Amino acid sequence: MKYDDEHEHDHPQYSELPEMEARVRALETLLTEKGLVDPAVLDAVVERYEKEVGPHNGAQVVARAWTDDEYRRWLLEDADAAIGSLGHVGRQGEHMVALENTAARHNMVVCTLCSCYPWPVLGLPPVWYKSPSYRSKVVIDPRGVLADFGVSLPQSTEIKVWDSTAEMRYLVIPMRPEGTDDMSEEQLAELVTRDSMIGTGLVKVPTDAVR
Amino acid sequence: MNGVHDVGGMQGFGPVLPEVDEPPFHEEWERRSFSITIALGALRLWNIDQMRHERESLPPAEYLSSSYYRIWFLALENAIRKLGPLDREGLRAHTAEKILGMLSSRSSYGRPIDSQPVFQPGQRVRARNINPNGHTRLPRYARGHVGTVVAVRGAHVYPDRNAAPLGQEPDRAPEWLYTVDFSARELWGEDADPTVTTSIDAWEPYLEAV
Repeated sequence: MKYDDEHEHDHPQYSELPEMEARVRALETLLTEKGLVDPAVLDAVVERYEKEVGPHNGAQVVARAWTDDEYRRWLLEDADAAIGSLGHVGRQGEHMVALENTAARHNMVVCTLCSCYPWPVLGLPPVWYKSPSYRSKVVIDPRGVLADFGVSLPQSTEIKVWDSTAEMRYLVIPMRPEGTDDMSEEQLAELVTRDSMIGTGLVKVPTDAVR
Repeated sequence: MNGVHDVGGMQGFGPVLPEVDEPPFHEEWERRSFSITIALGALRLWNIDQMRHERESLPPAEYLSSSYYRIWFLALENAIRKLGPLDREGLRAHTAEKILGMLSSRSSYGRPIDSQPVFQPGQRVRARNINPNGHTRLPRYARGHVGTVVAVRGAHVYPDRNAAPLGQEPDRAPEWLYTVDFSARELWGEDADPTVTTSIDAWEPYLEAV
C-alpha cells in the first residue's frame, strides 16, 4: 500500500521539510567546528544502517531456526548467544528474546513509549512502527492492526503483544510455510519479511520467492 | 511523567499505514539527525534514558505533529542547549572505527545486585499506580492492573533513576526486571478480545504483590 499524493502531502509522519534541512545542517556545522562530530564519521554511521544492518540479518536467524532444530532450541533458550553466533550483535540488541509463532499463538512486538526495536537483526524501524497509530492501537486492538496489514488470523489463535518497555528486544520467529521442505536455508531466508519478524505480517508464500 | 509519548491504548490516530519498500531514511536531514545523535551519545554527554526523557518532554502538540526523526532532532537541540557550551577540555569526536565498534558491540544493561528477586514466574502482581514527574517506563495503560510474572530478566539499570537531569551524574543502581502478562480483559474491560494478552517489561519498583 502506498500513500496517495494528497495524503502524503499533509501527513506528519514524513514529508519534505526544508526548514529541517537548514536547521540540522546548522547544528552539524557548529558541532563540526567544535570538533565534536566528524562529517565523515557521520557518513560511516549512516552507511552502517543503510547498507549493512537490516532485516536480512533477522531472516538468516529465522531460516537457520527453521532448518536446524538444535539452533532453534538454542535461540529460544538463549537468543543473545544464538543470534550472536551469526554475528548480529550491537546497539539496541543487547538483550534479545526470540518469540516463536505457532498455530496456537501469534506474537507481535511494539514499543508504546518510544521506538525500541532490535536494530542488529532488523535494522532501523520503519516509520509506521514509530507512529502513534501503531503504538496506540496494537495493545488495545491487535487484530485491527493485523487487518491494516491485510492479515487475518483465526479467532482460535491467541495473540500475544510484547511491549518493549525496557532494554529487552524481541524477535518474532514466524511459522515456516507449507511446501518448503526442499528449500535451502538461503532460499528460506528470502521468504522472511521484516513485518513477519515484528508480527504484523506473515512470511511470503514460496511461489513469490525465487526458487 | 504522564507524557504525550505514552500512547498505548489511545484511540483515534487512524489506521497503521505501512509503506512499501520503505528506505531507512527519507531525507538527508533524517540521516544527519540520526548520526549526530549517535555520535554525540557516544561521547557520553547523556545516557539513553536521559535522551528518551528529552524526547517525551517535547510540547505535546509538537511531539504528535512531528516525524520521529524530527522528535530526535528537537530533543537533541534541547539537550545541547541544556548542557551549555560543549567545548570542554578533551571532548573530541570519536573516530569512525571507535563508533562503529561501539555500534557492533554488546553493552549489557545488566548490573550486579545484592538482593534476590521478590517475584517469581507464575506469581500474580499489580502494576503500581505511580505518576512520577520524571522519566518512567511504566505505561499508563498497565497501572493499577493485575498481571502474571512470566520471566525474571535479571537486574537492569533502572530508568527512573538513570534519567538524571542532563549534566548530572546518573544513578545506575539496578533493579530486578520482570516480564509481566496482562489479559486484554484486565486492561480494557469485559468487552475486550479474550484471546489477547499484552506484556510489559517492568522493574521491581513498578510492581506490588497481590
